Amino acid sequence: MTQLPTSTERKMGLVIDLDTCVGCHACVISCKGWNTENYGAPLSDQDAYGANPSGTFLNRVHSYEVQPAEGHAQLIHFPKSCLHCEDAPCVTVCPTGASYKRVEDGIVLVNESDCIGCGLCAWSCPYGARELDQAEGVMKKCTLCVDRIYNENLPEVDRVPSCVRTCPAGARHFGDLGDPDSDVSKLVADRGGMDLMPEMGTKPVNKYLPPRPKDTVEDQIDILAPLLAPVAEEPKGFLGWLDKTLEKL
Amino acid sequence: MHPAPSVIIFTTLSGLGFGLLVFLGLGFPAVSGWIAFVFFAIAYALAVGGLMASTFHLGHPERAWKAFTQWKTSWLSREGWCAVLALIFMGLYALGLVFLDQKWSLLGLIGALFSLATVFTTSMIYTQLKTIPRWNMNLTPVMFLSFSLAGGALLAGQTSVAIPLLLIAALVQILYWRKGDQAFASSGTDLGTATGLGARGSVRAFEPPHTGTNYLLREFVYVVGRKHAEKLRIISFVLAFVLPVLLLVLPFNHVFALLAVASHLAGVATSRWLFFAQAEHVVGLYYGKR
Ligand code: SF4
Ligand code: SF4
Ligand code: SF4
Repeated sequence: MTQLPTSTERKMGLVIDLDTCVGCHACVISCKGWNTENYGAPLSDQDAYGANPSGTFLNRVHSYEVQPAEGHAQLIHFPKSCLHCEDAPCVTVCPTGASYKRVEDGIVLVNESDCIGCGLCAWSCPYGARELDQAEGVMKKCTLCVDRIYNENLPEVDRVPSCVRTCPAGARHFGDLGDPDSDVSKLVADRGGMDLMPEMGTKPVNKYLPPRPKDTVEDQIDILAPLLAPVAEEPKGFLGWLDKTLEKL
Repeated sequence: MHPAPSVIIFTTLSGLGFGLLVFLGLGFPAVSGWIAFVFFAIAYALAVGGLMASTFHLGHPERAWKAFTQWKTSWLSREGWCAVLALIFMGLYALGLVFLDQKWSLLGLIGALFSLATVFTTSMIYTQLKTIPRWNMNLTPVMFLSFSLAGGALLAGQTSVAIPLLLIAALVQILYWRKGDQAFASSGTDLGTATGLGARGSVRAFEPPHTGTNYLLREFVYVVGRKHAEKLRIISFVLAFVLPVLLLVLPFNHVFALLAVASHLAGVATSRWLFFAQAEHVVGLYYGKR
């Protein structure tokens, strides 16, 4: 049913640390690797080895440059997947009931055998978290690795989303954001976790931790620096003459 | 937004078809027998043809019937219901007029209401999307309804109503363009709110997630032809409203009437192309695009 639950028992989601993400795209690859052979239809590629490759991904990493009013610009790597919104517009617009939000854990999923591939849910998602698979004609999105997190056949350490398990920098955290005492909720509280496009009213469950402020460079960090001052600033003699002459030309 | 031919054909033709059904349902023109048959055939061809076209862009058209299930929340589902109910009621009404020489006015009235509701629900599919500020405006349903009624009156040969309705639709069109051009800027969404980094400085997309394109860029970041938008607006305005009104003011002539309809149809189709091509989805921001 595409009516949203008024509340969910838990709010499972991701916390993404923009301070630690190094932009290696490992989560992108591991997400595609896991999800192309598990939940639902495979994530197809078109012209994968040709001139115009494109394909379905559930998680993509952007990079942004932030230029503050003063000081140096900062480069920020920015992974983006479904934010499992509490007020998910993608669910209510769906005409078939294929899109739904689970009451037990708040995960937003697509039942692919009901999906007609109208694309309206992707139109309604502000974050670009849904992609219509070009081979299968059904909507694909992050499942929060629903087939891993409760999977008793996996060792316990692997019962987290594939992207979280893979991230070499520990920039992705998984947990219950509805429980104020969970590790992820504490992390959000500590670091001032934020919503993307709050003005859209989607109430995302996933949170982003802002980058920490950059260290400022002390005036003099190298005690040898004064000794390395340039020796001759103004060329003299023949070189000086050459310099002036060339300048005039 | 990618201006898919299927949705342009659908919204243009079915808008016109349901507009004609509104007038037929209310008894303008008061036709019966074979003349009624021709009028209803045209209206059904447009309305049903448009609806069929809209299924072309589905990934799984064979499951389209499932779209009737979620009318409680989904405007697309409600549109499906309104369209089917309008076609059923109008079908029965037409049956009476064409074959039994009976005018079941109540059926016609209900059919006309559902025809209007179909156009309204279609427009709400677009209007509801906060992600596309240019569509997320009160004027969007007003535009769809005014276009549909003007076109319907034109097709129904109701010259005296068609002229004022065309003038109203023309006015709505101008207002829609003027307001729409500011919609994105006044929505308050920019790369700063999209990344949550806006308070720290000016944000610039540095590197996209991949070197190639993807579904999102193809579907939502359509920029081809936007540079011709001004010219196309003028062309569409002249074709949809100016020419038809001029032709209607001239002494009546079947060739003129036909030309007025053809011109209006081409103009509305151009306007619909612009409706999609000029609509900017906020997801473009993540890619440093609009
Ligand atoms: S991020 Fe997009 S796809 Fe995911 S729940 Fe929110 S609106 Fe839906
Ligand atoms: S594409 Fe599928 S999941 Fe999305 S709105 Fe259409 S039917 Fe629902
Ligand atoms: S939770 Fe799973 S499906 Fe979602 S982005 Fe991570 S790996 Fe992909």
